[in-house]
Amino acid sequence: MNAALKSPQLDSTLDADKLAQLARLTSGLSPADLYWIAAYSAALAARLPAYAGLAVVGEPSAVPAGQAGERLSIVYGSQTGNSRRVAEQLAGNAEAAGLLVRLLRAGAYPLRELAQEHHLVVVISSQGDGDPPDDAIGFIEFISGKRAPRLPQLKFAVLGLGDSSYPKFCAVSRELDARLIELGASRFSTLGEADVDFDSTAAEWSAGVLETAREVLSVPAASARHASPLHAVSAPPQHSRDNPFPAAVLENQRIVSRNSDRDVRHIELSLEGSGLRYEPGDAVGVWPQNPPALVEQWLSTLKLDGANEVEHDGRRLPLARWLSHERELTRLTRSLVVAQATATGHGDLQRVLEPGQQAAFARLLESHQPIDLLREFPTSWDAAQLIAALRPLTPRLYSIASSARVVGHDEVHLTVGVVEYAAHGSVHYGAASAFLAATGDDTRVPVFVEKNERFRLPADSSRDVIMIGPGTGIAPFRAFVQERQATATSGRNWLFFGNRHFAQDFLYQAEWQEALRSGALHRLDLAFSRDSAQKIYVQQRIREHGRELYAWLREGAHLYVCGDSAHMAKDVHEALLETIAIHGRQSAADAKAWLAELLQQGRYARDVY
Amino acid sequence: MPSHFETVKQESRFLRGGIAEGLADPVTGAISEDDNKLLKFHGSYLQDDRDIRDERRRQKLEPAYAFMVRARLPGGVMTTAQWLAFDKIAGDYASSGLRITTRQTFQWHGIIKRDLKPTIAAIDAAMASTIAACGDVNRNVVCNANPVESQAHEHAYAWAVRLSEHLEPKTRAYHELWLDGEKLIGEEEVEPLYGPTYLPRKFKIGLAIPPLNDIDVFAQDLGLIAIVEEDGRLAGFNVAIGGGMGASHGDPSTYPRLADVIGFVLPEQLLALAETVIAVQRDWGDREERKHARLKYTIDRHGLAAFKAELEQRLGFALQAERAFRFDHNGDRYGWIEGHAGRWHLTLQVESGRLLDNEAHTWLSGMRELAAIHKGDIRLTCNQNLIIANVAAADRAAIDELVARHGMDGYRRHSAIRQHAIACVALPTCGLAMAESERYLPQLLPKLEALLDRHGLIDAPILLRLSGCPNGCSRPYLGEIALIGRAPGRYDLRLGADFRGQRLNQLYRENVDEAALLDVLDQLFARFAGERAAGEHFGDFLLRAAVLSQPRLIPLKVSA
Repeated sequence: MNAALKSPQLDSTLDADKLAQLARLTSGLSPADLYWIAAYSAALAARLPAYAGLAVVGEPSAVPAGQAGERLSIVYGSQTGNSRRVAEQLAGNAEAAGLLVRLLRAGAYPLRELAQEHHLVVVISSQGDGDPPDDAIGFIEFISGKRAPRLPQLKFAVLGLGDSSYPKFCAVSRELDARLIELGASRFSTLGEADVDFDSTAAEWSAGVLETAREVLSVPAASARHASPLHAVSAPPQHSRDNPFPAAVLENQRIVSRNSDRDVRHIELSLEGSGLRYEPGDAVGVWPQNPPALVEQWLSTLKLDGANEVEHDGRRLPLARWLSHERELTRLTRSLVVAQATATGHGDLQRVLEPGQQAAFARLLESHQPIDLLREFPTSWDAAQLIAALRPLTPRLYSIASSARVVGHDEVHLTVGVVEYAAHGSVHYGAASAFLAATGDDTRVPVFVEKNERFRLPADSSRDVIMIGPGTGIAPFRAFVQERQATATSGRNWLFFGNRHFAQDFLYQAEWQEALRSGALHRLDLAFSRDSAQKIYVQQRIREHGRELYAWLREGAHLYVCGDSAHMAKDVHEALLETIAIHGRQSAADAKAWLAELLQQGRYARDVY
Repeated sequence: MPSHFETVKQESRFLRGGIAEGLADPVTGAISEDDNKLLKFHGSYLQDDRDIRDERRRQKLEPAYAFMVRARLPGGVMTTAQWLAFDKIAGDYASSGLRITTRQTFQWHGIIKRDLKPTIAAIDAAMASTIAACGDVNRNVVCNANPVESQAHEHAYAWAVRLSEHLEPKTRAYHELWLDGEKLIGEEEVEPLYGPTYLPRKFKIGLAIPPLNDIDVFAQDLGLIAIVEEDGRLAGFNVAIGGGMGASHGDPSTYPRLADVIGFVLPEQLLALAETVIAVQRDWGDREERKHARLKYTIDRHGLAAFKAELEQRLGFALQAERAFRFDHNGDRYGWIEGHAGRWHLTLQVESGRLLDNEAHTWLSGMRELAAIHKGDIRLTCNQNLIIANVAAADRAAIDELVARHGMDGYRRHSAIRQHAIACVALPTCGLAMAESERYLPQLLPKLEALLDRHGLIDAPILLRLSGCPNGCSRPYLGEIALIGRAPGRYDLRLGADFRGQRLNQLYRENVDEAALLDVLDQLFARFAGERAAGEHFGDFLLRAAVLSQPRLIPLKVSA
């Protein structure tokens, strides 16, 4: 037994009592258990603000992050399998030589771990006109992109495979090698270049790499790195709803296909330096600016000059600025209808305001934006009166689509359905979605974090979760699955997703496929409403799999619904009641009471809008 | 050690594998890589739209997967009813019309996963099949399509059909998967010729009737040259083995090879001959390295004599000495030709074999209209063209009018090089393509025509073959001029095949762009225009003028 193992002699900040407890706890454990405890502690530490920089618990890797110093990572980018074979050969030899090795295809490499990587070997081919293999595009883009971390800790070696009859022979490996140097990394072996007959070159290069690796990695790297106190981050300014943080846009990517009749964006914002912290389930509040085209439409319709300064509430701003930054232009309000009815004296408008006309009024609010009213019932507005009659602009909330444990607290992801449609003869926009969709490198998005304590993953990580998130309602579940994977929970994850078309609108399809493969997601049920003559929605899938869903709930699963409140949430609720009644052999009233109890306990949580 | 796919075949329960489960998986439009290889035996495989592959990766979507489906149509002959059914399948399920392949059949592109079963079922309902249109089995049997010698053609076609049926896989998996056939329970599946692992690689049979080599008989694994007596009687077939086009860039252990004529068999010996050649290849072929698995490598590894000896021993009789034959050319004869019994046949040129409705021509609507009035049959050629066959003299005018009205009469106007151009599909659907082919042909041809015109060669027939990769679907190694894709916009230029499909071309410029290609060809066209002998073809000229070296006439043989 290994009870006789001596405790490691490390400088510690723990007192003697805690050290003794730790020694008792770890006595007799297997190396796997000990590594697990190391990873567990690292994960705990990552939750503490001062240690957030160490939050490196990305995709589960064979070896805990703390082991990166002793480990040789071998990554291959292969199109035809040659690079893969060279990498596998090298990995086999390195393992045989007693080294700690992890072998990964470039597409599976957890990019977040690069900043902690110490010894990296890349074997990669160049295709056609100097392009990386398909599977390595993301890897290469990340390293060559603006978000690549500095890599002073990294020692690396690159082997390129190519065909010297192409003008850009081994372009990918050459650029990668140069870029890693640029990022502060150093070579532990020279750049290798192998032509079509790569075998001998590759073997020679691999032998050289192995020899150096054995020298560099033979001494177990001190874990003292983690025991030494890290410098504390000084307290950042508090950002909030009223003091939003101007976030840079890291990515603004359409995530529906070119043939989709909708536009949905995956937006990545930088929170670096904001001090903002978020958890899965939280939302980001975005202070939008109205679309410039819409402001233009207002000014031309009302024949007002945007440059004219207008004073309101003690502030003087140009009218165009009031309209773009300060006032609600996309949501019709009762007060505006009243003002417009009074100003125009139009009978139609006055009638919908009469008592008993609630239904007609509601229809008006739903079908019209303010600009439609201004056009349909023209009247002249004084700029100051207009600003006074319009409601102040309010922030829009977006459920967060990332886990800080995976992407870091310096970054937050959103899933934004872009509201843009034709009505009353012109294009209509949603304020925040149009603003976010139009963002680029230079845009700063004013944001804050809106906590949502009622939409939290179970504290008991062995609980199963069922997530129902059609459309952009998928967002928080991307965060949930990332979080559950990063914390290596034992509970199962079941996702229901629906949208219009499989080929066009399957949001984050590639990520869900990977999650299913890696075991981060256990079930995925899909409903695409426009792919068949008969429209199919998630509630139908809930009914189809009712027996199993009920069994999960009986065993303590937590249930989450996110997305459209007008139809989906109601239909899903009905389907759940029906499922509970049928499979739980309960009366409708009992089913209702049971579901209400789940809501009460926080086991059934909804984030609908 | 057998290659991975040999194990997959072995464990596939006669081509079932996990195909049914893969088709039912709603999370992806694809099926697994192993199942995709098995699916080939059923006449289909997975592709994706490479034009938007990277765009979709950024969109966090899987590639735009869709299936290619290929019919098995021995000899390329179909009825008008079948034409209409195939046309409807194109409209209902496919993305880019009908595509005539270089092996005399149709394929459809862009069929999404949930439409795969209905598509194959519809092909079956049209009295055709997709079984063994791809995969490690005997593929679609091609057969001389030119109906000048109509009676001999009928005989040859009948043999093509018999070969096709005789060599079809017998597994019930096809019926189970696509036609709701009952599952075999308890009964043992038998695959008497192929066995559970089928062949080491694809196997192609083609049947030519001299003097026309329109099927490129020497590019076949098993090429059959019909020997027709003066009285029109079919005496039998010369047997040629070991042809094949595919190669890999930069790998000299792979190469195109022309078939060797090894003897002659009587008609009644034909089925046994074909079956036995396949059986020897089944047993002797390389099952460790797929790129060395075609019959041509088996023959070169064991030696032609050893292969022939094994073949004759298994057959129990010796092949007769080969009979004399002569081929004139390997192209199609455009326009009307009179066959026997006063029947007429009209050959139309289809650029790259792609039938679509667009501004220049309306092939789909035109042929739909034609199929409604035509009383004969329709044939596809290995040069991607089609023949309106068996027309009464009185009906010719109506067909001419229809053909002209739909812009399908390009053959009347096309330059000689355009009439002899073949291109494979390549981008965006073909997973193997390294460069454009079908989409590049319409851009390249006007440039070549301008050069030829400048040198007074616009009427010189020159075989032009474009291929997006070195695997050879367009039989590029038999082009007098051939472009073989290396990378976007870059090709290997090969020159100097003959005009009859009996001499391979040679690599002349490696990995060059269009400007370099046109520059080289401009110079060679100038010399050809000035120095050519009467009736001399471009490829022959290049050898005579010593632009190219004389090829070795005896194929390289490596003793075992």
